[in-house]
Amino acid sequence: MDTTCRVLTIPIKKEMKIVVCIKQVPDTTEIKIDPKTGTLIRDGVPSIMNPDDKSGLEMALQLKDEQGAHVTVITMGPPQADLILREAFAMGVDRAIHLTDRKFAGADTLATSHALAGALRKIEFDLLITGRQAIDGDTAQVGPQIAEHLDLPQVSYLEDLKFDGDKTFTMKRHIEEGYQMLEVEAPCVVTVLSSANTPRYMNVGGIVDAYQKEVEVWGFNEIEVDEKNLGLKGSPTSVHKAFARGLKPAGELYEVETDEAVGIIIKKLKEKFILN
Amino acid sequence: MDFSLTKEQVLFQQMIKDFAEREVKPLAAEVDEQERFPIETVEKMAKIGIMGIPIPKQYGGAGGNNVMYSMAVEELSAVCATTGVIVSAHTSLCAAPIMENGTEEQKQKYLPKLASGEWIGAFGLTEPNAGTDAAGQQTTAIEDGDNYIINGSKIFITNAEYAHVYVIFAMTDKSKGTRGISAFIIEKGTPGFSIGKKEKKMGIRGSATCELIFENVVLPKENLLGKLNKGFGIAMKTLDGGRIGIAAQALGIAQGAINETVRYVKERKQFGRPISGFQNTQFQLADMNTKTEASRMLVRKAANKKDQKVPYSVDAAMCKLYAAETAMEVTNKAVQLHGGYGYTREYPVERMMRDAKITEIYEGTSEVQRMVISANMLK
Repeated sequence: MDTTCRVLTIPIKKEMKIVVCIKQVPDTTEIKIDPKTGTLIRDGVPSIMNPDDKSGLEMALQLKDEQGAHVTVITMGPPQADLILREAFAMGVDRAIHLTDRKFAGADTLATSHALAGALRKIEFDLLITGRQAIDGDTAQVGPQIAEHLDLPQVSYLEDLKFDGDKTFTMKRHIEEGYQMLEVEAPCVVTVLSSANTPRYMNVGGIVDAYQKEVEVWGFNEIEVDEKNLGLKGSPTSVHKAFARGLKPAGELYEVETDEAVGIIIKKLKEKFILN
Repeated sequence: MDFSLTKEQVLFQQMIKDFAEREVKPLAAEVDEQERFPIETVEKMAKIGIMGIPIPKQYGGAGGNNVMYSMAVEELSAVCATTGVIVSAHTSLCAAPIMENGTEEQKQKYLPKLASGEWIGAFGLTEPNAGTDAAGQQTTAIEDGDNYIINGSKIFITNAEYAHVYVIFAMTDKSKGTRGISAFIIEKGTPGFSIGKKEKKMGIRGSATCELIFENVVLPKENLLGKLNKGFGIAMKTLDGGRIGIAAQALGIAQGAINETVRYVKERKQFGRPISGFQNTQFQLADMNTKTEASRMLVRKAANKKDQKVPYSVDAAMCKLYAAETAMEVTNKAVQLHGGYGYTREYPVERMMRDAKITEIYEGTSEVQRMVISANMLK
């Protein structure tokens, strides 16, 4: 006797995979520069997660809260950059990867993006988020460069992002005159503005567990990249000169009529021997 | 010997300072001026786990320790002492005695709600005629079948109006004095239990300090906390822990006043230069900072001993005594260094000086702390 069996297939929706690139930066715009070497003096300046990156991470965590997602953070930096990965754990990420190797040292944005792309070739993802730019360099180049190396569509200056639950993202992109609304299919790369959201605080329970979790430390051998593209060798940028702007003294404010104002300005210019 | 914070504590300090600065500080003057309980802040704290820091994860807490908890009260109090005491009373005086003395059923019933901040906790020991002399309890709990009938009142109860669960004390055997006191857990809304007069206070004006009134409250026997007639010990042990919280509050107030004063003396000019240039200012600041740092060491030591589960009563008394008196002295100097502006409500040091005073009084006056410390020396 034949037995027929009806198989009921229920499509299991794949959990979305998000990777967020984050960077540790000095926590101030008043960074001092060593006048002799032209490099940043980092001593005594606390380090933080770059604000645009933190908003990118918040965007990922909101998608996780609302629709479910597996969120990975990745950073390239010296051993102390471990702190922002622990912070990311305490905010709720699932996985953290720390790219650190002497071969990566001295990288400009191009070499950095090559190293990150090399690591990202080893990770499956539907959405890659980076911050628009880091406050210690303000270049806004790394995110777009990664997209180019990986040959993925990219949308920069993101304010908002929604996912249809299948494979399409609806994005709101900030442009000078207003906003652009875009639909992009996964996988893709986006760069996020810090104005997109207010990042959550670390959770106390998450902080307690943050150092119990494993940060995966990857070096050159763990990633897929041509060594000539890395570190100083792979960095075409050379810094011509770096200098700190001198402090201006506090200004004086006069609320007077135009004629009187002209008189005051002329008097001041004469005092400083700019006019005779 | 190591005085440095653990990695987790460093991360925690970064978070709590940021939270205090962005969420708590902007409301501090308004909370004081309007004598308003900052319920929205409690909700925000609840969301990220601040209402359950030392409660184990199995009961819904953050699974942190008492050093982290003291750091939280310190940093919150540095910008708003009202917010600091709300967390301290909730954690040390309500969640902790249930954690330490409760049955498994009581822990399962109350701790997850307290740890998540869904419920706020309070503690009722003080009565009009039983303050420092806590043995003079007049609230009674009379056994009646499967219940106790509670009658009496409690005063000066922090969080009273906003709490959902209270740990209270009553005489179960008047003939036995302190050995006739028992502890009970009572929930808001229990028939016969009401909130009375709200106090108008000098400082910590947002903390909703009220009277608790019990009129023939029928409380099932399962609400007895710890053993019958062992309530006095529970109260004293609870206050040992509470003193670390209040010492942390005092420490925070002192640090907050220093932070404000350092900023002010660099800006304020007299006789053609910032007043930070005068040696009197420098010496005052040095004394303020040294005593505050000494308070911090005492608080962290006591909290660490509690975490290590070794006796800490004397350490708790010392940190509470020293931090409270330091807070009073430092805020007084902070007002003096601010001059006339410091006496106005334009600057937060005026509020801080008013807030500091209570730390010398509640959860054991400075005199009681001296009794505890010297009794241990002379025994």
